[in-house]
Amino acid sequence: MSAALDFTPRPGAAPLHRMVLAQTGAEVRAVLRNGEQLLLTMIIPLLVLVGFSAAPLLEVPGRRIDFVAPGVLALAIMSTAFTGQAIGTGFERRYGVLKRLGATPLSRAGLMLAKTLAVITVEILQFAVIAAVALALGWRPHGAPLEAFALVLVMVLAGTAAFSGLALLMAGTLRAEATLAAANLVYLVLLGLGGVVVPVTSFPHALRVVAEVLPITALTGGLRSILAQGGGLPARELLILLAWAAVTLALAARTFRWE
Amino acid sequence: MDSPAVALTDLVKRYGRTIAVDGLTLSAERGAVTAILGPNGAGKTSTIEICEGFRRADGGAVRVLGLDPARDAARLKPRIGVMLQAGGVPPAMRAGEWLRLVARFHAHPLDPGALLDRLGLTEHARTPYRRMSGGQQQRVSLAAAIIGRPELVFLDEPTAGLDPQARHACWDVVGELRARGVSTVLTTHHMDEAEKLADKVVIIDRGTVVAEGSPRTLTGAERQLRFRARPGLDLDELLTALPTGTAAKESPSGHYVIEGHVGPELLGTVTAWCAAEGVTADDLSVERRTLEDVFLELTGRELR
Ligand SMILES: Nc1ncnc2c1ncn2[C@@H]1O[C@H](COP(=O)(O)OP(=O)(O)OP(=O)(O)O)[C@@H](O)[C@H]1O
Ligand SMILES: [Mg+2]
Repeated sequence: MSAALDFTPRPGAAPLHRMVLAQTGAEVRAVLRNGEQLLLTMIIPLLVLVGFSAAPLLEVPGRRIDFVAPGVLALAIMSTAFTGQAIGTGFERRYGVLKRLGATPLSRAGLMLAKTLAVITVEILQFAVIAAVALALGWRPHGAPLEAFALVLVMVLAGTAAFSGLALLMAGTLRAEATLAAANLVYLVLLGLGGVVVPVTSFPHALRVVAEVLPITALTGGLRSILAQGGGLPARELLILLAWAAVTLALAARTFRWE
Repeated sequence: MDSPAVALTDLVKRYGRTIAVDGLTLSAERGAVTAILGPNGAGKTSTIEICEGFRRADGGAVRVLGLDPARDAARLKPRIGVMLQAGGVPPAMRAGEWLRLVARFHAHPLDPGALLDRLGLTEHARTPYRRMSGGQQQRVSLAAAIIGRPELVFLDEPTAGLDPQARHACWDVVGELRARGVSTVLTTHHMDEAEKLADKVVIIDRGTVVAEGSPRTLTGAERQLRFRARPGLDLDELLTALPTGTAAKESPSGHYVIEGHVGPELLGTVTAWCAAEGVTADDLSVERRTLEDVFLELTGRELR
């Protein structure tokens, strides 16, 4: 038998920030513990970074590492906010976890906030690791440090919103297995078409027109103009990301099924 | 404060053309254990999940602790504990981790370690949910339902798949909740469990209540004589020796039940008749009808 357990009712919700932080912690731990998620969010971006900065496979403008590093940072955002989140949320729905959480005092808005904070936390970890490896490989980001940091932050938040919208749209409507397959497929297609390592300028015209409105292209293009060219706010890319975010989040809010 | 724990009036729930709940009215008193019984597909889970706020009713009125689970969800959720019929826990999450997480959503939770201990899960505290046995998973879900110190708990088949020890542990928990003034609404297919635990039993079939009351009132005052003997005794002949109004049946084969005014006289007649037939009546007993008898009588024998 055990220490005193007093079942006398004493109901009450914890303060919102405590609930959200607890859920955020659980979500981050789930990602870091899951082998496939780590492969997707850490290993693959690092392999792409090391592989493409070393191998002279493709013609790129400027120094190879300066071209590849921003692309890999964009890839990291996509892998966490889109692929990882879509698959994770899809299976949570399938296993009744979203439903069960819905019976706790944590509101749906609180749950969504926790998911967003968890995605951002994982992205910070990814950025730290990827930047460290890139710097070791000779990466020299351009632009005034503070200004570049602020601009990157804006682009990352907009990209995270756009990819999260896409992820939740898929996870909230498709079956978990379909989400798994579709999220991986979309990841590969966007990896190929989005200018992560292959410049879209090398595409045939028709393909390039399509590629340029993709969120991944906007994010890689935006990060590259800030970090490789020392440019100011990439307005066109930012608008593309915000448009994707607005459309996908609005659709997801209307179609998301919790069970 | 006087509103019942749960009050449902003419509740209706449809899924496409299936009518899962069809004008169901029931009330569960505060501080009591209410058991909902019914065949597979009778509408138990649908009813409970409407109370929990997961599903919307298509008709009727729902009040849980005096609140509307759809409109007053934010006020109601901290006050109730929920155990789903299946699932609800992230498969990779460890039992202890899950309980600590759910505890952190509440203002005055129970201690997760002590609760794990109470339910015999201490050595599985670090086992991922998906690697636990079905019965261990059930216990984790039960623990999560009560960790927030709710006033009202909904347990959908809490003892399905539990071994006898775990079943008794679960009964003890429900008994203790009751002693502490917690209201419990549970579903079960175990009649003995309902008989033991419940203050009130509600039997539902095809989405409506077919009987309700305390286990005692449902099983009634009438008693029956039961015994086992070789199959195929001639009961019609026995009945001629018994007072009119007595009924006898063999079900299943070799198991005999005599219903009517079961007194010393009837007992004597039956044993004398058995002796004359040269059969030994095994396991002869005089007992009240069981809840299972009542249940089968009300809901029939065909499979759903
Ligand atoms: N989500 C759903 N969609 C469609 N039909 C459903 C759904 N949930 C339940 N039903 C149907 O509604 C009826 C009642 O189901 P419910 O789950 O409430 O029964 P139950 O009494 O809990 O059964 P069991 O003892 O098997 O758990 C069944 O005919 C079932 O097929
Ligand atoms: Mg059920």
